[in-house]
Amino acid sequence: MHDNEHAEDGSRRGVTTRTMEIAVAAAILLLGLLVMYDSHRIGSGWADDGPQAGYFPFYVGLILCAASAWTLLQTLLAGKGDGSVFVSHKKLRLVMSVFIPSAIYVAAIYFIGIYVASAVFIGAFMYWHGRFPWLKIILVSVIVPVSMFLMFEVWFLVPLPKGPLEALIGY
Amino acid sequence: MEDFSSLMQGFTVALTFHNLLFMLVGILLGVLIGVLPGLGGANGVAILLPLTFTMPPTSAIIMLSCIYWGALFGGAITSILFNIPGEPWSVATTFDGHPMAKSGRAGEALTAAFTSSFIGALVAVIVITFLAPLVARFSLRFGPPEFFAVQLLTFCSFVGLGKGHPAKTIAAMMLGFALAAVGLDTVTGTLRMTFGFTDLLRGFDFLIAVIGLFGIGEILLTMEEGLAFKGVHARINPRVVFQTWAQLPKYWMTALRATMIGCWMGITPGGATPASFMSYGIAKRFSKNGEKFGTGEIEGVVAPETAAHAAGTSALLPMLTLGIPGSPTAAVLLGGLLIWGLQPGPLLFVEQKDFVWGLIASMYLGNIAGLIIVLTTVPWWAAILRVPFSIIAPIIVVICAVGAYTVHNAMLDIVLMLVFGIVGYLFKKLDYPLAPMVLALVLGDMAESSFRQSMLLSHGEISIFWSNGLVGSICGLAMLMLFWPVISKMLQRLRRSDNDLDEARPVE
Repeated sequence: MHDNEHAEDGSRRGVTTRTMEIAVAAAILLLGLLVMYDSHRIGSGWADDGPQAGYFPFYVGLILCAASAWTLLQTLLAGKGDGSVFVSHKKLRLVMSVFIPSAIYVAAIYFIGIYVASAVFIGAFMYWHGRFPWLKIILVSVIVPVSMFLMFEVWFLVPLPKGPLEALIGY
Repeated sequence: MEDFSSLMQGFTVALTFHNLLFMLVGILLGVLIGVLPGLGGANGVAILLPLTFTMPPTSAIIMLSCIYWGALFGGAITSILFNIPGEPWSVATTFDGHPMAKSGRAGEALTAAFTSSFIGALVAVIVITFLAPLVARFSLRFGPPEFFAVQLLTFCSFVGLGKGHPAKTIAAMMLGFALAAVGLDTVTGTLRMTFGFTDLLRGFDFLIAVIGLFGIGEILLTMEEGLAFKGVHARINPRVVFQTWAQLPKYWMTALRATMIGCWMGITPGGATPASFMSYGIAKRFSKNGEKFGTGEIEGVVAPETAAHAAGTSALLPMLTLGIPGSPTAAVLLGGLLIWGLQPGPLLFVEQKDFVWGLIASMYLGNIAGLIIVLTTVPWWAAILRVPFSIIAPIIVVICAVGAYTVHNAMLDIVLMLVFGIVGYLFKKLDYPLAPMVLALVLGDMAESSFRQSMLLSHGEISIFWSNGLVGSICGLAMLMLFWPVISKMLQRLRRSDNDLDEARPVE
């Protein structure tokens, strides 16, 4: 799905809707083939005691392939299309400026626990996108995880992923 | 009048202090969720679901369904004041609601929106009260083939009633089915599509999908649009409310049409969003002031709001009686029922009377409470929206991550949530409908098992699906729905060649 690599410069240019349409339909088609392949592997036929495990998913995969092939063909046959831009590079940069920090945040949860990671994530996000004064950044990025901690660990007794800091205070 | 006494019994369940408190909390949370971008009815309920596992099921569903009503009300606030639909079903409300607000009639628009949502919901609840027991009693006769047929009808309706391209609707739906099939097959014990990853044994939980698709996907979309919240100030005082109420009876016909569209679209899983658009379009066509729609006509607020709320509410009817949800949020509530150990379907009305009627009674009370709450607290919600997006966005991502984790206490789920976020973003931009995908993910296992049971009954003869009148007519209806896009096109062509009359077009 990462078809956005062929980035040229110029903020008005971007990935065309047609390209994305083809990329997504092709990805779904591949997924459908994968579903059919695996269902065939575990048996998509009829056993003595009824349908085999792969019977239902096999046809799901088949219809999935057919539907995505339909979209694919329709897009390809439509020619160049109206050349409308799916996402301009400027907008893509905005989207990535949310997505990449979020991905780093999720990875960080593995190592430092969700509370510390959330504090850093909220703080960094506020700094980059909002340029808030430091006091406000620190205030928000501390209050949110602390109230989360109280709500989940203390009141509802739902354990969330924790890291070294929480271990220090005995959780 | 056995049902009436059951309903009264339900009111005594719903009217306990505890449940009233949960109702209030639910509505407040719901409006908040409806107002915030990236959090909506479906993923809001999905995130809060794990917190209710320890509550008694009746209280839990009362709270969660009230979150749903709250979200339905809340969507209107952002649409009218900020021209940002907080929920997809309130997009049509922006067309006339925001122009009204800009010309200084914000209070009027909000009152009209809330009141008409309330009326839409009320009628839908009345429909549920009287129709649900009948449907439940009728469907007690259903066997596996009938259930499969109803599920088939549900999914075919998406193709027939949906606005999107049929190929994309089918692709999204099948993707949901494929994801539902991943993991351990409970009948044969075979591992399906796990490719050696033990983490995939559990399969894909639809709650994770809902949080990612609707939550993260929405945040990415909102970010792209470069949010500048420029809102209109709103103050509602009792005088404006009563003045607006005095005007509203004029539009009873619009409201009636909207309610009918809403109930129909909610019960057949068209959902609230297409219902609101359809209702707006039809109101525009039939209204005397049709050409003024879009410039701030109160009727243009009444029509979509009534329909959206009626559809949102009546979506619970098939969920309760047949175990087939009419909307993504209803699907999440259904997931909740299963987790609490309640099997939705006709037997629910026999075995869990208190639960069902408590829920139905809470729908009446919840909507009344909701109306009062939103009318009195509008300025407060509008203030929340003035908090910059650069603070709200990371907090919503954090809430989504927490919600995804608490479903199974699994780290992998947070990663999956991000992946579903990208899928949601791409699908939204390319007009792949998300609702059929979510519903297929929820119903996949059920549909498969009723299909398998039917096949076992008939020794593999597919003809069991037209072996008697009941199952045959449901299947026939399903096929009609499936091929409706083709049929309606042919009808149109016929009509056009007949005479050039451009009649009211059926749903795309």
